Amino acid sequence: MSEFSIFDIVGPIMIGPSSSHTAGAARLGKVARIISGDHIKEVDFLLHGSFGKTYKGHGTDKALVAGILGMDPWDENLRHSFTIAEKKGIKFQFIERDLGDVHPNTVRFILKKENDEMVVIMGSSIGGGNIIITEIDGIPMEFTGSYPTIISVHRDMPGVITQITNAISNENINIAQMKVFREKKGGKAIMIIETDSEINNDIIDSISKVDAVDDVKIINI
Amino acid sequence: MFPKSGKELMEVCEKSQCKIWEHTLKSEAHLSEVEEEQILKNMRDVLNTMKSSATEGLHNKVISVSGLIGGDAYKMNEYIETKETLTGNVMATAMARALSSSEVNASMGKIVACPTAGSCGILPSVLITAGEKLKKTEDEMVQALLTASGVGHIIATNATVSGAEGGCQAECGSAAAMAAAAVVEMMGGTPKQSLDAGAIVIKCVLGLVCDPVAGLVEIPCAKRNAMGAVNALAAADMVMGGVESYIPFDDAVSAMYKVGKSLPSELRETALGGVAITEAGQRMNEEVFGG
Repeated sequence: MSEFSIFDIVGPIMIGPSSSHTAGAARLGKVARIISGDHIKEVDFLLHGSFGKTYKGHGTDKALVAGILGMDPWDENLRHSFTIAEKKGIKFQFIERDLGDVHPNTVRFILKKENDEMVVIMGSSIGGGNIIITEIDGIPMEFTGSYPTIISVHRDMPGVITQITNAISNENINIAQMKVFREKKGGKAIMIIETDSEINNDIIDSISKVDAVDDVKIINI
Repeated sequence: MFPKSGKELMEVCEKSQCKIWEHTLKSEAHLSEVEEEQILKNMRDVLNTMKSSATEGLHNKVISVSGLIGGDAYKMNEYIETKETLTGNVMATAMARALSSSEVNASMGKIVACPTAGSCGILPSVLITAGEKLKKTEDEMVQALLTASGVGHIIATNATVSGAEGGCQAECGSAAAMAAAAVVEMMGGTPKQSLDAGAIVIKCVLGLVCDPVAGLVEIPCAKRNAMGAVNALAAADMVMGGVESYIPFDDAVSAMYKVGKSLPSELRETALGGVAITEAGQRMNEEVFGG
């Protein structure tokens, strides 16, 4: 561990029983919900490795659904997530699946929205409640959501990145790290921008104004 | 800045004539750029969650999600209230409280990972029970949590607090070492004495494997939390009685890390060794997950 807080040692406050199988799972679910956006009607959870073998006993299943509902890892309603999801008419199922050479605690979310749009997200719970997102819609990537994060989806063409970073700089936000992942040259590109300060919703509007940008999401957890 | 070792922590506390908790608070404020007052407030939230998790199981039979464990904290509390315990109220109450947090954790209740969810019973039970006996105020309890986290920070910097990496010695061992160090400071001990208590604790659990039945944080985890609490309180009393650790804290931590790394993976949270693969362990695995 490099620089870490005392609240990583005495903390986090969370719902048990396992930081990687429960708290991390809830966080993965929550980030998946943010990436896919609201109006989710159906979710398939493909569970790999230890997630696939032990999800029932660890409440990984309940935590994943709770995350999809937008709950935080310390929400005491987490154990009731199935009932809450059913009341909202959200369908879900868990499938044990070998996802290949990935971390033992990995899940692939196949999210179907009310407009029948499909979003596929893969991520792993890497210990202590920390997570890493490794794939969005078939595009491999890597980010943790530990920093305030902007996720922008655009068409790969010259000048787009500059326009996006200009929009961010106009909001007086300092970029800590930035990565761009793309499907293919000229195809769909996803940019992950991690910042030092919390990001407000205004940034979505200003980045959305950039022509080639299709979608902007922010993660502040 | 956070000290990189126990030795550095002792030197810095000696030089600025401060307690471990004071230095930890300053370091955290510096690193996180959060005001000290806010850090103390956040730590009070941690303490309150700890108090609830350590109490709930005493008065209610808390049963785990898998149904494998539960109700032991309740039994212990009833025993304390109706019978004369052998080891006395402090030890027995600490055990009951440690069981309570572990049961709350296993039932998908709210706990504080300290340092992990699997070892979440030790620090609350030891600090709350010692704090009660020593008539400490809430502010002093928060300070004790800072001491514990400062010591835990050094362990995590130089070794690991993860069972998957270092076995149970790294989880419950670290938790108990943090708790022992905090109790010693609560009792007026020096930073050296706090670290000696931590070292004694770690030495006594070296090699302790992580072998959860059915891979769940239940068996033998809950009871290891109770024993971790006992270990911490015993070490604190030994040190306050003048006993020193012949092996310094940093050496004990380094030994724990090396032992952890040399444990086969079967004995590091994979449920492929230890009590997990005993006849009873396997039977319970089948009960929960089917054949």
